[in-house]
Amino acid sequence: MTNTKGAVTGVNGNMVSVRVDGAVSMNEVAYIIVGGKHLKSEIIKIQGDIVQTQVFEMTKGIKVGDPVELTGEMLAVELGPGLLGKIYDGLQNPLPEVAKKAGYFLEAGVYLDALPRDIKWDWMPVAKAGDKVERADVLGTVPEGAFTHQVMVPFGMHGSYTVKSVKPAGKYTVAEEVAVLQDESGAGVPVTMMFRWPVKRAIDCYAERLKPFEPMVTKTRIIDTFFPVAKGGTYCIPGPFGAGKTVLQQVTSRNADVDIVILAACGERAGEVVETLKEFPELIDPRTGKSLMERTIIVCNTSSMPVASREASVYTAVTMAEYYRQMGLNVLLLADSTSRWAQAMREMSGRLEEIPGEEAFPAYLESTIASFYERAGIVRLKDGRAGSVTIGGTVSPAGGNFEEPVTQATLKVVGAFHGLSRERSDARKYPAIHPLDSWSKYKGLLDADSVAWAHGFLSRGAEVGQMMKVVGEEGTSIDDYLVYLKGEFLDAVYLQQNSFDAVDASVSPERQKSMFSKCVRILGSTFDFKDKEAARGWFNQLRQRYLDINGIEWGIDVYKKADAELKAFVDERVSGLDKRAARIIESLE
Amino acid sequence: MKKVYSRIESIKGNVISVKATDVTYGELAEVKTRFGTSLAEVNRLDEDLVSLQVFAGGRGISTGDEVRFLGNPMRVSFGDSLKGRIFTGSGEPRDKGPALHENLIPIGGPSVNPTNRIIPREMIRTGIPMIDLFNTLVKSQKLPIFSVSGEPYNQLLARIAMQAEVDLIILGGMGLKYDDYLFFKDTLEEGGSLQKTIMFVHTAADPVVECLMVPDLSLAVAERFALKGLNVLVLLTDMTNFADAMKEIAITQEQVPSNRGYPGDLYSQLASRYEKAVDFADSGSITILAVTTMPGDDVTHPVPDNTGYITEGQFYLKGGRIEPFGSLSRLKQQVNGKTRADHRAIMDGMIKLFAAYRDTLEKKSMGFQMSAWDQKLLKYGELFEKEMMDLSVNIPLEGALDKGWEMLAACFEPQETGLQTKLIEQFWPKKA
Ligand SMILES: Nc1ncnc2c1ncn2[C@@H]1O[C@H](COP(=O)(O)OP(=O)(O)O)[C@@H](O)[C@H]1O
Ligand SMILES: [Mg+2]
Repeated sequence: MTNTKGAVTGVNGNMVSVRVDGAVSMNEVAYIIVGGKHLKSEIIKIQGDIVQTQVFEMTKGIKVGDPVELTGEMLAVELGPGLLGKIYDGLQNPLPEVAKKAGYFLEAGVYLDALPRDIKWDWMPVAKAGDKVERADVLGTVPEGAFTHQVMVPFGMHGSYTVKSVKPAGKYTVAEEVAVLQDESGAGVPVTMMFRWPVKRAIDCYAERLKPFEPMVTKTRIIDTFFPVAKGGTYCIPGPFGAGKTVLQQVTSRNADVDIVILAACGERAGEVVETLKEFPELIDPRTGKSLMERTIIVCNTSSMPVASREASVYTAVTMAEYYRQMGLNVLLLADSTSRWAQAMREMSGRLEEIPGEEAFPAYLESTIASFYERAGIVRLKDGRAGSVTIGGTVSPAGGNFEEPVTQATLKVVGAFHGLSRERSDARKYPAIHPLDSWSKYKGLLDADSVAWAHGFLSRGAEVGQMMKVVGEEGTSIDDYLVYLKGEFLDAVYLQQNSFDAVDASVSPERQKSMFSKCVRILGSTFDFKDKEAARGWFNQLRQRYLDINGIEWGIDVYKKADAELKAFVDERVSGLDKRAARIIESLE
Repeated sequence: MKKVYSRIESIKGNVISVKATDVTYGELAEVKTRFGTSLAEVNRLDEDLVSLQVFAGGRGISTGDEVRFLGNPMRVSFGDSLKGRIFTGSGEPRDKGPALHENLIPIGGPSVNPTNRIIPREMIRTGIPMIDLFNTLVKSQKLPIFSVSGEPYNQLLARIAMQAEVDLIILGGMGLKYDDYLFFKDTLEEGGSLQKTIMFVHTAADPVVECLMVPDLSLAVAERFALKGLNVLVLLTDMTNFADAMKEIAITQEQVPSNRGYPGDLYSQLASRYEKAVDFADSGSITILAVTTMPGDDVTHPVPDNTGYITEGQFYLKGGRIEPFGSLSRLKQQVNGKTRADHRAIMDGMIKLFAAYRDTLEKKSMGFQMSAWDQKLLKYGELFEKEMMDLSVNIPLEGALDKGWEMLAACFEPQETGLQTKLIEQFWPKKA
């Protein structure tokens, strides 16, 4: 709370103008007091003694003259043990607790503690009296689910401190003092397991940022093999509605090879979050043996929830991701959809009467998107360990047309592009990532040249397919036709993957390698078919056998048997192997 | 008693402004003109300047007309007495019944806490094979019918309403042609459903601001009934008119348009209505079916485009039939595994064959030769269009599945259908 007082002077949608009588700061939180309710808002423009705030609630009922309380604090989240497994709204309000208090509906002005105050954590001190510490140094640890949660010197405590006292091992809540630090002037600063951090500031307590080098396995073949994502990297999934953006993210959130997943359901359907909410607690994370929910945080600000908190929600999510990265963990943040976040900015910009850019998005759209994705990264911490935040965002382009500002601005900054196409989703070719339009700058599971060689069959096959539409099958040579069949084959058995099949939904890197090698064999083989009809017939059978195998658990007897039969089926037909293909197969062994 | 203001500062389109104090955002006022009294809603406050959108429109308002603030936001009466009644977009009676003032509830309330939602679980039967079999409608779903003017979308809406086993139907008409209004009234009356129907109707002849109120009025009432345990079906037609009304107001208020003149918050505005669809775990539910006409049959037009991003699929009505391609029920997998063992297989299998039929048609039109297989597909496709797609077909899901097998047997050998051997053994019609 500051000494500054304010009063409402105007309301326009969710933007409220306030006259203030003293100092205020940008992005400061202010509460508008309406009939006893405190409505949270954020200052987004200051001009003389008039400030504009965006209100995180419906503004009905506000009137000119209503008092406004200035907090002096920027919009911030609570960081500490207890975040994992939680379901928050865009402002870090715990939604299940809100439900207990307010019932079915999200009543305005109900703000609850993000971190439970009643849980006693098993504290193990690490620092001792006399130690010299600075921000982000570890003071102690508590177990949180499958992780050792490090309790650190609050990130906002700049300068150096001497540890004066540390509580002995024992059970404490996040609100209890666990250590006292002494600053340079000799004053004591009590520290708890929890502190606050402003969401719009990146957490920067690491030693250095590294270049992403290690693939983040998603267990989706087309991604890991052809368009890989790196730990600490960024990627985007643009696509028209119904193309499969959400399903792809849901699958990734289950299977990704990371420690922690943060889902930001940003301005899309509430129903889709419900599926995750109900299913995750039942699913087992093979990495930890605990429920998937225990490695997940959900930030849920769906389309009918206040638009200003939608704008905040992606920052809330990325701040929590950065916090866990600071413990040396690999965190994946999935945002669905960043377009809704951009639209929230556009709504606000319109009310501020800023000069609009393309499609009325604000001129700072590009730089804002860029600085959001810049919060991803793999970093070396001061003690030498590495931690990462990977960000994947869906984009929902108007009309499914990628030539629009949000898609374009995103493509400029991300390291991989998984473009979903209507054509592929209509043909039920899931995941509908377009193999000819998409790209990745990251190193994948497999050697890039080998992958490029295989990819060549997709592009050449597609060319033949186009040509065939004009001249018909009759006018196509058998050699071209074979290229076409090989491309279609790779697409059907490798790129496409059944997300709803228990086995096919997630494919381990080993299995991907083995399967890729088998596909290379087919692509590189010479065949001697008497006519196209015979070629098509054989490839149809081949495809069916592969699809069957894709549904069988890897390595079990049934699999081995089917695999051997498949090999015999192929051996019987092929007549020679391309040298390049032979080398690739060798390199994969 | 609130103060009366008798000096209007400006009139722009349907928006007027007055100098007034102690007015809340979203409050209602009455504007008395020589044509009668109209409601108006506060949509902007700037110091003592209050802007209001006048329900009856700005036409004919004089700067000397009286504005009286009512001290409350837009509300609607709620209770069983609404059943069988017809109201305007201002909530006034459109039928001969009395005006209702009891038990007023606010409209446009807060959204449901996502953690209180449940996974949808119950099918709504319509008797239309293209829906029940191929894109099953689910209780609490929000689903638009994408169409173009001239198509029988209102007939389709009325038919689903009559057939669906729901406790209450709420019809929200926006920019409805008077004939269509009468059509709904007559159809529901003939089908004996009028007593379980409430209508909020804005016709094409009514003031545009009233159009904006219709979804909120309909959904506020629906929500209360759902909380009392009723399964409510809300029909909204035509949401494109609703969006156009928003566009009109936004432009007169000099808001910067984002896309083809529509305001930047079109998505949020549509979403806050559609997201009212819900299944309350221990109470009733709201299902929303909404017509969205696509200007120029263009699905990338901002209204269908934004709608598609919000709703749980869409029915694509074209040439008087629900198109299998382009139509989608995103919730169908929640229910179609529990209907009959062959439901999913028949759904996928028949659509794949129908897609092959469309390819064959294309080949045929380009003059390529038709193989024996092509001939089979042609026979199948024609049968499919007649027996499945034609909107006059009215059979329960099980009947449609049986018919599906018969059609397959009439056109193909079992192994040509791509269906699992196990299902074929169980369901393939035995030759007589
Ligand atoms: N990988 C997939 N496998 C099977 N069906 C899918 C897959 N991805 C999407 N679908 C189908 O497409 C529908 C829409 O997918 P969704 O991810 O919600 O699209 P978007 O988020 O792009 O609008 C789903 O309900 C499902 O029926
Ligand atoms: Mg989606």
